[in-house]
Amino acid sequence: MSKENKSVPLEYSTEENELKIFGFWVFLGAEILLFATLFSVYFALVDRTGSGPIGKELFELPPVLVETFVLLTSSFLIGLGVHAMRIGRTKAMIVFYILTLVLGAVFLGVEINEFLTYIHDGATIQTSAFMSSLMTLLGTHGAHVTFGLLWGSGILLQIKKRGLNAKTANKAFIFSLYWHFLDVVWIFIFSFVYLKGVL
Amino acid sequence: MKKKVLIMPAVMAFLTFILSGCQPLMVFDAKGPNAKTLSNTIIFSIIVMAVILLVVYVLLINMLAKYRASKQPADYEPPHEEGSKALEITWTAIPIIIVTVLAIVTVFTTSKVENQQTGYGDKKPLVIYASSSDWKWHFSYPEQGIETVNYLNIPTDRPIEFRLYSFGPITSFWIPQLAGQKYAMSDMVTKIHLAADEEGSYMGRNSNFNGKGFAKMEFETQAMSQDDFDQWAKDVKAHEPKLTEAKFNKLLKTSFVGRESFSSTHLSFSPAPMDMSEHSDSKSKKDDSHDSHDMKGMHMSH
Amino acid sequence: MSMKELFAPMKEPMIFGAGISILVGAIAIVVGLTYFKKWGWLYKNWLTTVDHKKIGVMYIFVALIMLFRGGIDALLMRAQTAIPENGLLNAEHYNEIFTTHGLIMIIFMAMPFIIGLMNIVIPLQIGARDVAFPRLNALSFWLFAAGAGLLNISFIIGGSPNAGWSSYFPLAGIEFSPNVGNNYYAWSLQISGLGTLMTGINFITTIVKMRAPGMTLMKMPMFTWSALITNIIITFAFPVLTVALALMTLDRQFGTKFFAMQDGGMDMLWANLFWVWGHPEVYIVILPAFGIFSEVISTFSRKNLFGYTSMVFSMIAISLLSFMVWVHHFYTMGHGVMVNGIFSITTMLIAVPTGVKIFNWLLTMRHGKITFTTPMLYALAFIPIFTIGGVTGVMLAMASADYQYHNTLFLVAHFHYVLIPGTVFGVLAGYHFWWPKIFGFRLNEKLGKSAFWCIVVGFNVAFFPLFILGLDGYARRMYTYSADTGYGPLSMVSFIGALVLAVGFALLCYNIYYSFRHSPRELTGDPWDARSLEWATQSPVPEYNFAIVPHINQLDEFWYAKKEGRDITAGQYERIHMPNNSGAPMWMAGVLFLFSFFFVFSVWSLVIVFGIATLGFMAYRSFEKDEGHHIEVAEIEATERRLRGEL
Repeated sequence: MSKENKSVPLEYSTEENELKIFGFWVFLGAEILLFATLFSVYFALVDRTGSGPIGKELFELPPVLVETFVLLTSSFLIGLGVHAMRIGRTKAMIVFYILTLVLGAVFLGVEINEFLTYIHDGATIQTSAFMSSLMTLLGTHGAHVTFGLLWGSGILLQIKKRGLNAKTANKAFIFSLYWHFLDVVWIFIFSFVYLKGVL
Repeated sequence: MKKKVLIMPAVMAFLTFILSGCQPLMVFDAKGPNAKTLSNTIIFSIIVMAVILLVVYVLLINMLAKYRASKQPADYEPPHEEGSKALEITWTAIPIIIVTVLAIVTVFTTSKVENQQTGYGDKKPLVIYASSSDWKWHFSYPEQGIETVNYLNIPTDRPIEFRLYSFGPITSFWIPQLAGQKYAMSDMVTKIHLAADEEGSYMGRNSNFNGKGFAKMEFETQAMSQDDFDQWAKDVKAHEPKLTEAKFNKLLKTSFVGRESFSSTHLSFSPAPMDMSEHSDSKSKKDDSHDSHDMKGMHMSH
Repeated sequence: MSMKELFAPMKEPMIFGAGISILVGAIAIVVGLTYFKKWGWLYKNWLTTVDHKKIGVMYIFVALIMLFRGGIDALLMRAQTAIPENGLLNAEHYNEIFTTHGLIMIIFMAMPFIIGLMNIVIPLQIGARDVAFPRLNALSFWLFAAGAGLLNISFIIGGSPNAGWSSYFPLAGIEFSPNVGNNYYAWSLQISGLGTLMTGINFITTIVKMRAPGMTLMKMPMFTWSALITNIIITFAFPVLTVALALMTLDRQFGTKFFAMQDGGMDMLWANLFWVWGHPEVYIVILPAFGIFSEVISTFSRKNLFGYTSMVFSMIAISLLSFMVWVHHFYTMGHGVMVNGIFSITTMLIAVPTGVKIFNWLLTMRHGKITFTTPMLYALAFIPIFTIGGVTGVMLAMASADYQYHNTLFLVAHFHYVLIPGTVFGVLAGYHFWWPKIFGFRLNEKLGKSAFWCIVVGFNVAFFPLFILGLDGYARRMYTYSADTGYGPLSMVSFIGALVLAVGFALLCYNIYYSFRHSPRELTGDPWDARSLEWATQSPVPEYNFAIVPHINQLDEFWYAKKEGRDITAGQYERIHMPNNSGAPMWMAGVLFLFSFFFVFSVWSLVIVFGIATLGFMAYRSFEKDEGHHIEVAEIEATERRLRGEL
């Protein structure tokens, strides 16, 4: 299992690494189903607003645009990070990863602020079926980002301490897959929750 | 040895026949067109299924009788058989044909029981709202302006339309000898169309588990001639108390009650869900068949 | 919640008795382990193992215990309804029992039994050293065990779920079920479900990436195929359950309005989510059984499987259709003719690939040389009995007729006629079939066959009457009925059948003890003269599975090599890399158990503590340096010779 194959990138170089990347893709398949279910719940309940607000009254585009821009950029940066890793520039890679995480934190901050605004306006997760489904969908994505921040920091620490090797490269690469996935989910949220809601 | 397994269902069927005292089973003892359609559908499907079972059983017995090791020479070595296109196509095609036939029967009979029962001239259907709360049933007759609890009287030879909903957990309204069941839910109205051809008393119940008192959640359905029914309705209207909102709310909170009758319905102050156009004017009996709630829950198909 | 409320269920004498006996049993085990100084052995060899075979054995061990718990529930139900107006159980107790019976039998018996067999057999059948992620595999097991534990303590502490295994809202909501029972439901399913999802990912990776050289997809044994398809279904279906349960928790404990009766909530949304997972779940427990029957029937007919390709494609068809039929669980909620018609057709279509499989099995036997071993008996009984379950399934699929079957004992009879001859006979066939592979001796055939006959006869006597009762208007889940319904005699017959069934399971367990004492040691590694790769290695299987990973040229390579006198496991030994044992999965599952337990009771401070501890375990795993270990050539040689009986 520890035999290294030099003809492929470091993160794929052992059999174990290859298994982990494949397994993670399968996991992302399950994650797609998880979010698909949350979207379905949201679509089923979107008009069931009870006495609470409807999406159009609630959504404000500027913060959402900031969130979108920040998350898209972070996804791009982590792509650069993986590229740096592949050409062996550990320092640059670390910088890109740190920037990614910082933008993730900014995204999270804006999102938390958005939630606080909703709650301040009297629209909580208990207000209506629509609010429940909206905040659960956004909250699940936000929880994924939060977990990503912790996970990504852990991997950075390991690279710092142990250098870039087959194991750490594998982890960093898998983390980048996760991050891209969150970006894709956000694009769906942006299009089908916010844009559809305000239009 | 294997044959024991095979004859078991036959033995069981025989036993049941004896034990059930030769009374027809409730579902086959239909007393109205809706239940009769379903009974026929079920009998038809049982016959088709019996034929399929027979084919499988004959094949299995055949294989076990002919190819058991004790019947083969000791040095017999079974051949390699890849499969057979012709056979495999056969046992794919025939089931598809059977499924097609059953599908047609299903769609045809479903639409038959889902619509107003025919064969009663131009008699307009009698509308009855049946709603459940805890472990009791409320029956509101907007046409007669009366309401009953835990018993149901209907006229024979006239189509009847039930509108079902619930003041709590999902229940299922079922009078096996008159019609198949349907759910009563808190946020929409569902419908059952039926008619009774014979006078008599039929068991009705909630068949969907809804908590502690579920087992006892039965009601008697009395089918009577139109004249008797009119007389009964008139008596209730004349002699029973009015159902006030306070009284109704108290009734809702009581878990179990016996039979009760009232000379007004709860529809005016506690209307059926998503049925606004109709209950506010309970005298209009126009039937809107394009219910908006029809597709509820179907947004899930992803 | 006060202590008095917490232990309120113990006021029931029967529950008190059960609680006491569990306590006594637990003390006996602890004392026994201490007295015989077996704690170290238990911890080192079993609790911390990452070996797929041992994990499989533990899965099956727990599944058997759960079979008894669920079986006792079943006996109590049949006893309560054996005579009209019986007072053995009251309504509340009966409601808890049928709820936990369903949950335990599906989630904590059928699934782990199947996953246990997959664990034991799949890596062996494909010639792998272990699963792709051994550590994750251990975590899957321990999460399942934690979930099972959580559900089982509910009946002593706080009260069991009592809204049916499908727990429809609004009944399961906080308004109508204010006690913690349904919180237990949500959390025990949630954590064991996460374990199952990990199993799914693990086995897909294992089967896709770790097959022996030369074993292309169409040369895989049928059980491996069924496992691959099953795990794909798991991976796609379980996230839906995860979401459904999370929403349930939010509704019950945080006042959200998903399934509420006011503020726009939609009760049938729960039913939709539940069955979008729930129907594929049925195929998760049935497809592997199909795989086992394929192996068993072909082995004991001494013939290759008839129509291998169509077997594979019919399973793929079933798995796709399984996601398109969920609405048939509630035809009666008032969809139009159109919707019910479409779902009737998709449902009935499942009969087509299933029929193909039945006929392929029958034709596998043609020109064969059939021997009636215990596993083969289960497979042979499966065909006629399961077919009854199948054709009644088609009857139920007809939406119009379903209006009369829905919520009745006819439905109950149908799904027991599918799940018992399908899943239960399947896992029992596999259990008898693969037992010698794991333990190195066979189960006694005579006892095995006696148990088989009790189970088959008892099953039919217990469940056939329910078809008739259902057609006579007997609604399911009624804790009692009056004498004038006429349901009494047949219900009594059913109870007698259940007793016979119980005798069968008792014999099954006695057989373990008897065979352990008396069965001769099995030295060939291939006691049934079987066909697939797992029989090519020694019994019991050494830690590393195969000293030499064989090269595969065709389906049933091992069989043809035997015929041609080739030894596919010959070659030069090399040192083998193996993963290290770890206690972390068990401890992490323990922490998640406590997390869930305190969540059930809304003790937020401890929820936060154990939540952070869970993250801590994940961080520990990430930072841990674990390179595994190597088994040296000398040790492999010694092991191989010992298992061949040469030492």
